[in-house]
Amino acid sequence: MIANLGYGALVLTLLVSLYGIGAALYGELRRQPKWVDSARNAMLLTFPLLTLSAVSIIFLLVTNRFEVDYVQSVTSRSMPTYLRITALWGGQPGSLVFWTWLMALFTSAVTLRDWRRDREFLPWVVVVSLVTLAFFLILIIGFENPFQRYWATPSGAVITAMFQPQGTTLYTPPDGRGLNPLLRHPGMIIHPPMLYLGFVSLTIPFAFAIAALITGRTDDRWIRLTRRWTLWAWVFLSLGLILGGRWAYDVLGWGGYWGWDPVEVAALLPWLTATPFLHSVMIQEKRGMFKHWNMLLIILTYEVMIWATFLTRSGVLSSVHAFAQSAIGPLFFGFIIFTTVVSLWLLIRRWEDLKSEGELTSLLSREALFLINNLLFIAILVVCIWGVFFPIFTEASGFIGRLFPGLAHIFTGQKVTVGPIFYERATGPLWAALLFLMGIAPLSAWRASTARTLGRAVWKPALASLLALVLVIVLAGVRDWVALLAVWLCLFVAFVTLWEFGRAGVARARAHGQNLLAALWQLAGRNRRRYGGYIIHLGVVLMAVGIIGIELFQTETQASLRLGDSLTLGRYAIRYDSLAEFDTNDNRNVARAVVTVFKDGHPVGELYPRRDFFYESGQPMTIPGVRSSIEDDFYVLLIDWQPISTQNATFKVYHNPLVNWLWFGAAIFLLGTFVAAWPEAEPGEARQRRPVPRAAVRV
Amino acid sequence: MRRARIVALMLACGLLGIFAPTAQAQTDEPPPLTLPSDDEVNAIARNMYCPVCENVPLDVCPTLACQQWRDQIREKLSEGWNEEQIHDYFVVQYGDRVLAAPPRRGLNWLIYTMPWVLIALGGIMLGRLFRRLRATAVPAAAARPVEPPLAADDYVARIEEELKRRDRG
Repeated sequence: MIANLGYGALVLTLLVSLYGIGAALYGELRRQPKWVDSARNAMLLTFPLLTLSAVSIIFLLVTNRFEVDYVQSVTSRSMPTYLRITALWGGQPGSLVFWTWLMALFTSAVTLRDWRRDREFLPWVVVVSLVTLAFFLILIIGFENPFQRYWATPSGAVITAMFQPQGTTLYTPPDGRGLNPLLRHPGMIIHPPMLYLGFVSLTIPFAFAIAALITGRTDDRWIRLTRRWTLWAWVFLSLGLILGGRWAYDVLGWGGYWGWDPVEVAALLPWLTATPFLHSVMIQEKRGMFKHWNMLLIILTYEVMIWATFLTRSGVLSSVHAFAQSAIGPLFFGFIIFTTVVSLWLLIRRWEDLKSEGELTSLLSREALFLINNLLFIAILVVCIWGVFFPIFTEASGFIGRLFPGLAHIFTGQKVTVGPIFYERATGPLWAALLFLMGIAPLSAWRASTARTLGRAVWKPALASLLALVLVIVLAGVRDWVALLAVWLCLFVAFVTLWEFGRAGVARARAHGQNLLAALWQLAGRNRRRYGGYIIHLGVVLMAVGIIGIELFQTETQASLRLGDSLTLGRYAIRYDSLAEFDTNDNRNVARAVVTVFKDGHPVGELYPRRDFFYESGQPMTIPGVRSSIEDDFYVLLIDWQPISTQNATFKVYHNPLVNWLWFGAAIFLLGTFVAAWPEAEPGEARQRRPVPRAAVRV
Repeated sequence: MRRARIVALMLACGLLGIFAPTAQAQTDEPPPLTLPSDDEVNAIARNMYCPVCENVPLDVCPTLACQQWRDQIREKLSEGWNEEQIHDYFVVQYGDRVLAAPPRRGLNWLIYTMPWVLIALGGIMLGRLFRRLRATAVPAAAARPVEPPLAADDYVARIEEELKRRDRG
């Protein structure tokens, strides 16, 4: 009953979406506003319908309805209720429903805005949003239905189908397989919704951009309308990536936060296009330039967002053959081709209308530096896409070797692994160049900046950063040139940003007779976007310090210890005290060691690294014991042990210097995005709300 | 301005304080071992992936199959094999995908060269764009009255201008 209700709501949403698309097109082409209003209402209706569908899945998950295939595959009786709810996005069909639900939420929210000034955009925003929604609904209903049930045939075989096949009876397994243990972590519970939020909200600026291209209203109105949506999308994407990193650090048990796994890289792709877009739109707003580029960037961002979903959902990452066998893969591919061709065609049609109003007059002007920033991001994007697709490419190109045996030694058809080494080496210099730009761009002027004016602005923070670097060399003894360059870049950006804050704060404090803190506070309030951006830059610097620490200075060792033996790594040591193995109520076998940690020979506490074995999924999970401080993390893993006597156990320990600066920087980064994205009244609205002057009242 | 300098110096000092113990940690070296140690095995396993546990490096993969691979590496090391020989041994058995980076041969050269070729092309195009802009911008700028640069923050610029006037007055 509930399964039928949820499925019915999905089908109804698809029909409503298709109606909305048709009504919007008819209303716009026939100049009948009532049809456009009807399409808008259809878009609003998608949200309650999809809420009904999502709630139905949650109900089935919470009430252990194991006759439903999806419920059986992601829950079990031993799982707590909150995990059964979050299992909504624990598997492919449920996560796609969740994706569409968020999409409907965002598109409904944008529909509720006041459209009087921008009426011509409305039908096209509805069409683009509903086409995207309808595509995902077709995927779910046709290929990834979360409401399919088990049916037992008279011969005893069990099949899955949405509706009862003739001669079968409903089959209910006694228990479920349970949620993947790796997904039972707070970071992983919040990480997918954040990424999905980021993905779906990127549809909104794309929809407005397409509306601008179709209607010919190619000024910067579409950018101003969607600026905040884009910024929030970026916040969610960033938060999703950061939480994913924290989850990897806490759960995957390899001492790191980012493994350049293809799925991770796929999630990074939309961020790599959304970030330059956020910078580039400022140039269009300020100088009326880069209009083509901004359109291209938002089209690319949307397509990359669909690509990222495609990469993680089609099975193409595990094997090109999985892609060929899956119906989802070709559908995604077709949708991407269709939307790309239509978007580019619209852009080409409006090419002349999008000519720049200004011109680049100086290579060191703010706009030129922003352009270089954009190209660096795109270069990183190219590297990442190439890294993700190369294994698919080598595997798929095997047919050339089979067709032309002479070339078989080149086109072997062998799949390869593109691991962190490639990404780190290829993107490292590009990230460094971006950091450098982050240092000089805030000091360059719009339009006309020369080496002389820029030099005058830069020399003080640059000198301060060099002096600080000398102190790092002398006091800390760092000699590695890569580390020194990276540290200098961080110092330079930090000094420039603080210099900018300080200069403006002091000027305001002097002008208004305020103290510096009050002046800074009001300054940030007056120009949230600018100073929010600076706070984001500071967050990035702190994160970069954390990354430098763990990437360049991480040390590790591993050894088997007898009870009472010690293992030393740098200033730290652990002593193996005990190990206990026991079963838990939630179907886990836990092996938990107790180790005492010593720093400089003094005991500083105990850690409890453990290995959980999940009986339902037959999957082990390594949970580290971590001693955290602002200085470093001491990270202990239990690798192996003697099962009964527990006399011997193998431990792996990592020393991760400065890694917590990464998480601290992430918090500052998010604070900055909140400052930048905090709503400000539009100039017109602000004027309307201004109180009537007293004199006018008296008259 | 003075306060800004103080804040900047404090940040630098903060960084220094954190780096001092780090550098010290680098100088401690593990004692030499005669038999293949876990660290020696992991140094080789770190750059390998088993075909089953996708995307989990061999040195940290907790599955039994990966444990057996690490035991094999230890065995080969104790027989005197070097890293390259061990990698080749696994590649022959399981294919190129066991290596963390594609071996530099045949089609795999593309992974290493293509991004740089594209970035270089992008750089050349950007350079040409800037050259063209410079060529058109110079005569255009000469033809029209001099425009002052837009300050990075108009508000701050206005305040500073006012302060300068007040100081002069």
